[in-house]
Amino acid sequence: MTGVDSAREEGSFVLDKRVSSLAAAVAGIEDGAVILVGGFGSSGIPVELTHALLDAGPRELTLVTNNAGSGERDVAALLRERRVRKIVCSYPRSRGSVWFEKLYRAGEVELELVPQGTLSERMRAAAAGLGGFFTPTGADSRLAEGKEVREIGGRLHVFEEPLPGDVALVKADRADRWGNLTYHSAARNFGPTMAAAAALTVVQVREIVELGSLDPECVVTPGIFVNRVVEVPDAVPA
Amino acid sequence: MAHRLAQDIPDGAYVNLGIGLPTLVANHVPDGREVIYHSENGILGMGPAPAPGEEDPELINAGKDPVTIVPGAAYVHHTDSFLIMRGGHLDVSVLGAFQVAANGDLANWATNDDGFPPAVGGAMDLAVGARRVLVLTTHTTTEGEPKLVERCTYPLTAAGVVDRVYTDLAVVDVTSEGLTVREMVPGLSREELQARTGARLSFAADLGPLLGGAPIRDGRG
Repeated sequence: MTGVDSAREEGSFVLDKRVSSLAAAVAGIEDGAVILVGGFGSSGIPVELTHALLDAGPRELTLVTNNAGSGERDVAALLRERRVRKIVCSYPRSRGSVWFEKLYRAGEVELELVPQGTLSERMRAAAAGLGGFFTPTGADSRLAEGKEVREIGGRLHVFEEPLPGDVALVKADRADRWGNLTYHSAARNFGPTMAAAAALTVVQVREIVELGSLDPECVVTPGIFVNRVVEVPDAVPA
Repeated sequence: MAHRLAQDIPDGAYVNLGIGLPTLVANHVPDGREVIYHSENGILGMGPAPAPGEEDPELINAGKDPVTIVPGAAYVHHTDSFLIMRGGHLDVSVLGAFQVAANGDLANWATNDDGFPPAVGGAMDLAVGARRVLVLTTHTTTEGEPKLVERCTYPLTAAGVVDRVYTDLAVVDVTSEGLTVREMVPGLSREELQARTGARLSFAADLGPLLGGAPIRDGRG
């Protein structure tokens, strides 16, 4: 349990995943951790959590993220400060991916390039307790080199392994103290999958609401996949 | 090119338009057709670009540009969005290309230039999964090299996936016998088209003219 003590009422335990600060949200993340970082382009990036991680100081990180950061913020800031050993990524060449390109050319960061749907499905496999899967995506390409390829239903498929995280950093819109989440528009992207695929899932939300006020029909990520929630009402767009 | 391709988007189709040139197709789909656009980051029912000042930084398309949604739209998370792509649920995927081979092989994600870090995104998922894979591309490169070739020399995106290619010169089907020209621009001879093509062409019995595009309308049909 990662809840805070303030939630304990007299004589009974109250499940409370709220934490009071960004520093508390990322506390205990160790050197060498595999960190799933949500977001696609400018959408759904947990900017404030990545900056808290930068302040917390762990090094030699493996980041699993769709893009390799842009400009000077979030993933790019972690790269700039040499906290990242490896990036597992589908599209590291976005506009403004200056720091990734610089470190990649200098051989200072390792890249594991994974097709986008495979990246997502590998995390889903980890979340689902599966030992991997065969996919036609990339089976005819050089990204299948060194992997098991098998013909299934007359078509080549390549075996892909699960991709679990030690930590997931996710941005959602609203949460309750159990960690139930709703998202804002396309910012949902990798959030639900990453939340389920990590041992420690940390979520920044625009607003924490009373337990019971999220419509159960509309909860996208149920709290069972969430460990810590921190309110960041005025998150900057990525 | 985009105008010609748009005529082949059927009413009621679920369609993914790849980044770059393919996004233009939405501007040319004939009035009165209801088409549902999918965006890989998790939108079904994507609409046109927002008015200036009304952008939502979270609501973007695959090219990372601001978009809107239409009434009836739904958001899905990434794993489901790629399930839609890979699992054969899209009616049409429109992709750009570096090369298309006579056997339907597609190369559109990497050149052999190692000066850049490689990036693949959703290209391979889009190529393997849709019911019809349509390619929109110029017939040759800016240097005049053919893009329709016997065998791809650039790294493959997927093998044997392309159904039809729409270029500035012709509409070409990929068949079990190779490339078959269905339409070509008036004034070009078969020999001239073949000379601009890196694979042997056959010509459909009912070969027709490829007609020029109409003006671009605002928004998505």
